[in-house]
Amino acid sequence: MYSEKVMDHFMNPRNVGEIENADGIGEVGNMKCGDIMRIYLKVSDQEVIEDIKFRTFGCGAAIATSSAITEMVKGKTLAEAWEISNKQVAEELGGLPESKMHCSNLAADALKRAIEDYRSRKAQQEA
Amino acid sequence: MQKVYLDNAATTRMHDEVLAAMQPYLTNVYGNPSSIHSFGREARKAVEEAREKTAAALGGEPREIIFTSGATEANNVAIRGVARALQQKGRHIITTAVEHHAVLDACKALEAEGFKVTVLPVDAYGMVSPRDVADAITDETILVSVMLANNEVGTVMPVAEIGKICRERGVVFHTDAVQAIGVLPVNVDDLQVDLLSLSAHKFHGPKGVGALYVRKGTKLKVFSFGGAQERKLRPGTENVAGIVGLGKAIELAVTDMEAKVSRIKAMRDKLMTGLLSIPHTRLNGHPEKRLPGYVNISFQYVEGESMILSLDLKGIAVSSGSACTSGSLDPSHVLMAMGLDHQTAHGSLRLTLSAYNTEEEIDYVLSVMPEIVARLRAMSPVYPGKD
Repeated sequence: MYSEKVMDHFMNPRNVGEIENADGIGEVGNMKCGDIMRIYLKVSDQEVIEDIKFRTFGCGAAIATSSAITEMVKGKTLAEAWEISNKQVAEELGGLPESKMHCSNLAADALKRAIEDYRSRKAQQEA
Repeated sequence: MQKVYLDNAATTRMHDEVLAAMQPYLTNVYGNPSSIHSFGREARKAVEEAREKTAAALGGEPREIIFTSGATEANNVAIRGVARALQQKGRHIITTAVEHHAVLDACKALEAEGFKVTVLPVDAYGMVSPRDVADAITDETILVSVMLANNEVGTVMPVAEIGKICRERGVVFHTDAVQAIGVLPVNVDDLQVDLLSLSAHKFHGPKGVGALYVRKGTKLKVFSFGGAQERKLRPGTENVAGIVGLGKAIELAVTDMEAKVSRIKAMRDKLMTGLLSIPHTRLNGHPEKRLPGYVNISFQYVEGESMILSLDLKGIAVSSGSACTSGSLDPSHVLMAMGLDHQTAHGSLRLTLSAYNTEEEIDYVLSVMPEIVARLRAMSPVYPGKD
C-alpha cells in the first residue's frame, strides 16, 4: 500500500531527534487521531534552515512525511520552506494512499508552526 | 525470510483435508443441488452431509442449519429476520458495544427504521454483565445479540448465563460465535441460544461460506428473494464446494479440540509473557476468560500501524486496533468501549495463533519485537525517555 520511497523513509528516517536550544519548534496533530509531529529548527541569521529534526508518533505515512520534509527544506530559506505544502511532501514520496492524505500528511503544517514559532520568538527579542 | 502468520482472527489457513474434500465439487460433481437428476442428487447429498456435520458439531438438528455466504450474512439474516418477524410483539433490541460491525451496523440500520436499540456497555476487560442484560429487557424486547467471544481482545462472554435469562424472559437470543468454533466448546443447548452465526474461514475452512443455526420454532422473516434454498432464508444456488468445505472444517475443528487448544495456549502464554516483559506494555482483554489463541497488547508511546509495518518487514503478520487500521479516523470501538485512552488504543497489537503456529515462530517474534518497539519509541515525541 505504501510506495518504496515511503517505506525507505519509514525504515531509515532522516533527521530524527531534537535540537537543543532550537530556534523554532512546531507541533501538530493530536492523540485522538493518533498522529503527533514535532519539528525543531536551527535557523541562521540569513534565515536559512541550518538544521532540522523531528519526532513523530504515528503511522508509516506520518513518520515518512516528517522525514521527507526535513530533507526537502534543509539548507532552504524560511521563505522557501514556507511555500512547501502537504501535497508536495506526498508527491515527493511518490504519493500516499488516499486514506492517509488528510490524517497523516501534516508535516508541512508542523514545519509552518515551527517557522511561526521562530518568527514570534524573534519578534519578542526585537521588541 | 521467515514468514510468521499471527493474524488468525482475520482468517486462517485452509486445512489440506478440507481442500481435498472440496475438490470434487469444484470439478466433477457440478450438479445443482436443486436438480432432480443424478448430477443434482449427488450435489444435494454433499450439502446435506455437510449440514449434518455442522449440526453435530453444534449439538443441533440438521434442519436447524442454514448455510450462508459467511457470518456477516448470517448475522444480518438473524437480526433483521427476527426484527421483521416479531415487530408486532415489540421493537426493542439489546446488544453490546463490542460486537462486530456486522451486528452493530445491522442494529443501527434497524434503529434508523424505528426500532429501539440498547447498546450495553462492557467493563475494562470487554465483558458484558448478564445483570445488565436482564435489567435492559422490557416487554418490548424481541431480541438480544451478544457475541460468544470478542474478535479483537478475545474476551469470552457469559453467553450461557445470558441465554438462561433470555429464555426465562421469552426473548430470542442470538450469538455471533465466529471466533469460538474449534477453540471453545460450542453447544447450542448449553449456551441456550436460539440463533448462532459462524464462518468457515475462521476455523481452517474456505472463505465465502458460513452458517446460521436457527433453533426450531424461531421465527425469521425473509428479506432476500429468489429460490426456495435454505428454507427460503438464503435463496440462491448453494455454494456446494464451500458448504462441503465448511462441513469438513467444522468436523476437524471439534476433533481433538482439547489437545490442540492446550498446545495453542502454551504458545500463546509464552508470547504474552515475552511481550509483556517489554516495558510500558499492558494486556487488553480478560486475563483468564479469553480465547486460547489471543494476545492483545498495548505498547505505550508507539502507534499500531508503524509496528505492523515493522513486523511485516520481518515477515510477521499481525493486526492492530489503531485508527489507521480500523478504516476510520477513530481507534477500535472495542478498545474505546473498554475505556482505553486514545494513545493506548492506537498502540494496540493483536496477535492471534492457530494450530499451524510453532514455538520457533513465537521465539522469532520475541527476538525481533523489543528492537522494533525501541526504534519507534526513540522517534516518538511522547516517549518520556530511557526505560
